[in-house]
Amino acid sequence: MNGLNRSFKSPEFYRRAESYKLLPLRFMRFDGNRYFVSGMGGEYLFMERSKLEQVVQGKVSTTDPLYADLLASHLIADEDSDIYRELVAAKYRTRQSRLPDWTALHMFVTTLRCDHSCQYCQVSRVSEDRSSFDMTPEIASKAIGLMFKSPSPCIKVEFQGGESLLNFDLIRYVVSEVKTRNDGRKLEFVITTNLANLTDEMLDFAEEHRISFSTSLDGPETLHNKNRPRPGKNSHGKTEEGIRRIRTRLGSQAVSALMTTTVSSLEQPKQIVDEYVRLGFDSVFLRYISPYGFAVKSASKIGYETEKFIQFFKEGLAYILELNKQGIFFRETYTQIILQKILMPGASGYIDLQSPAGIGIGGIVYNYNGEVYASDEGRMLAEMGDKTFKLGTVDDRYEKLFLNSPLLAMIHESMVEGVPGCSDCAFQTYCGTDPVFHHRTQGDFIGHRPSSAFCHRNMEVIRHIITLLEDDKEVSTILKSWL
Amino acid sequence: MGELRVLYRKGSHHNVLFFTERCNSRCLMCSQPPRDLDDGYLIDDMLETIPLMDPDTRVLCITGGEPTILGWRLMEVMTSVARHLPDTALHMLSNGRAFAYKETAKAMSQSGIRDIMIGIPLYADVASLHNFVVQARYAFDQTLRGIMNLARFEVPVEIRFVIHRQTVARLVQTARFITRNLPFATQVALMGLETIGFTRTNVSVLWIDPWEYREALAEAVSVLAEAGMKVMIYNLPLCLMPQKLWPFAQRSISDWKTMYMPVCESCTLKSECAGFFASAPFKYSDHIRPLLAHPSEPAA
Ligand code: SF4
Repeated sequence: MNGLNRSFKSPEFYRRAESYKLLPLRFMRFDGNRYFVSGMGGEYLFMERSKLEQVVQGKVSTTDPLYADLLASHLIADEDSDIYRELVAAKYRTRQSRLPDWTALHMFVTTLRCDHSCQYCQVSRVSEDRSSFDMTPEIASKAIGLMFKSPSPCIKVEFQGGESLLNFDLIRYVVSEVKTRNDGRKLEFVITTNLANLTDEMLDFAEEHRISFSTSLDGPETLHNKNRPRPGKNSHGKTEEGIRRIRTRLGSQAVSALMTTTVSSLEQPKQIVDEYVRLGFDSVFLRYISPYGFAVKSASKIGYETEKFIQFFKEGLAYILELNKQGIFFRETYTQIILQKILMPGASGYIDLQSPAGIGIGGIVYNYNGEVYASDEGRMLAEMGDKTFKLGTVDDRYEKLFLNSPLLAMIHESMVEGVPGCSDCAFQTYCGTDPVFHHRTQGDFIGHRPSSAFCHRNMEVIRHIITLLEDDKEVSTILKSWL
Repeated sequence: MGELRVLYRKGSHHNVLFFTERCNSRCLMCSQPPRDLDDGYLIDDMLETIPLMDPDTRVLCITGGEPTILGWRLMEVMTSVARHLPDTALHMLSNGRAFAYKETAKAMSQSGIRDIMIGIPLYADVASLHNFVVQARYAFDQTLRGIMNLARFEVPVEIRFVIHRQTVARLVQTARFITRNLPFATQVALMGLETIGFTRTNVSVLWIDPWEYREALAEAVSVLAEAGMKVMIYNLPLCLMPQKLWPFAQRSISDWKTMYMPVCESCTLKSECAGFFASAPFKYSDHIRPLLAHPSEPAA
């Protein structure tokens, strides 16, 4: 090298490798002539088809500028270095680092009773008699015992329904019992509720125990009330009022909201986003409806095709990005989850898009009647007569529920590394698996990816987000600020 | 005539323990070219000095040479610091290669020093380039292994990248590599070149006007910052970087080494600027210009 003092060796001296080997990599045609190539560590590169052919044929020269990118992204390796093994392994481990903690989310179905009769609701019973649909303290106590068998240092207790507040006495019981029996875990309590029955006494209790709320908000008043009928046709008003009361008492972060997308929603992504902005939220989760319970029965009424949902999602996201350009910080939650998986090396905390699936080992459900389910969707299927995802009851031993139940097979069979279609999908590290969905729609835990709505939706959403990241600098900066 | 060496200066923020002149790397831009001497007496001096130091000393910096070359004697010094200066933070500069051995990394975590940080250079995201810059064949793997081992034993690590003509082409990619592979690092320092030592010997292959790489620097900083990492820019005057980078710029150059150019006289930001090494007149940027804006004002 010209100008380098002669006591130093040239760059060539340190570039020993003459050939390279491929590390596990996956590719797909992205659009036009662009191919998307990703490795086990989650890094990706775009290249043209001819370049990709060169890569896989071992023909990229060590002086090609792409060569260093391929090495650094751990798509190839050469004999100059073997640290890639440790780095790739560390990245894989990091992504799975929540696994050893096992179950963190514990859902207690306090009652199936509800004052609403939502079209898409899977499980609730309106005005049925109290005793047969409420969880008893005896059942709850056993569930708490099982809960503390989980090795997780953080335990999140979530109260579900029906309308969980209709059995508020049980919530009181569980909170105080969990606190007394706590053996040093970090505790978090969340009440999932439609807020229609929120009393000041409940707010006092929530304040005392730092409980937060999660509610349903489907969009503007007309849409919300259409989706969520209740006597008085005032669900939206009740929800809005409840949100304000919680914020006044417990602070703005104490309540979050979830929306469910129905056919009527598909027409109004902007209005839905606007409603969330109006009510002072800084994010919305443009969520796909799940094909369970009543949702399947009334599918013709409220169902829709994946393609329409994707269109709705893209429109909603585009509108949210517009708001951001105008200086309003507002996020779309699913995009944020996917972005985190694409751009960050850490483990995702979102249990519905994991592999191994989060069923049972990410979250578990203690049903009102003492049955234990691997997921909330699994419990809803059971209400329809399909008890596939029932792991046992609160009378079973912890070890039996996890090890001597159908759970491990479901998780094992559905891992993306082994599922046909996913095993060589270039989006694998950013995606996840859903054995409940595939069991329900395709008859087994693995499913058939080319015809799977889950795959179709995720493939398109991930592709869309990567396109935004790559091709639009301004949007890319906004998206990165959501991390 | 006897010789007087200043071992320690009270009240200075930059107290440096100079460990050894020996090193197992030979970086193209080394500011302190290594010499293969038996300089163990430096350690003896140090062990005598440490008990005399002001316990209020905030930061002690261990440098060299490569401190880990001293093996167990390094531990002797660290134990002494832990005993006599329990409230002092220790910053050690090392090429990190020795920590490829788990035991060495583990020893760092057992020194008893409460606040320790090891600054380790990474000059590229690929082995051949890093190894060329440090002139040592397996250095890249050893350094990365070292950083991972230190993380395993929860020893805080600062990753240091010196920007010059040989490293600048992979600056942004190295930033990305760090976010993907070493996200656990406590902080990342991106540093301008000091034109002394070997840098003078190799100046024609190393020198690049920082003005030329300001865009790449900005991108590297945003890659790291967006990933939630703490980034610092060292040794670069404010006028050579885009204004959005000013919040990341540190006034780091040791007080006794800092100087300013004549044009800096009229600059309103001089007091916040890192300035130049005393060695800078040897070679410096053509783009030094006094700044009139204040960093708290929005960018023009
Ligand atoms: S579900 Fe589809 S998009 Fe997701 S990893 Fe599998 S094949 Fe890829």
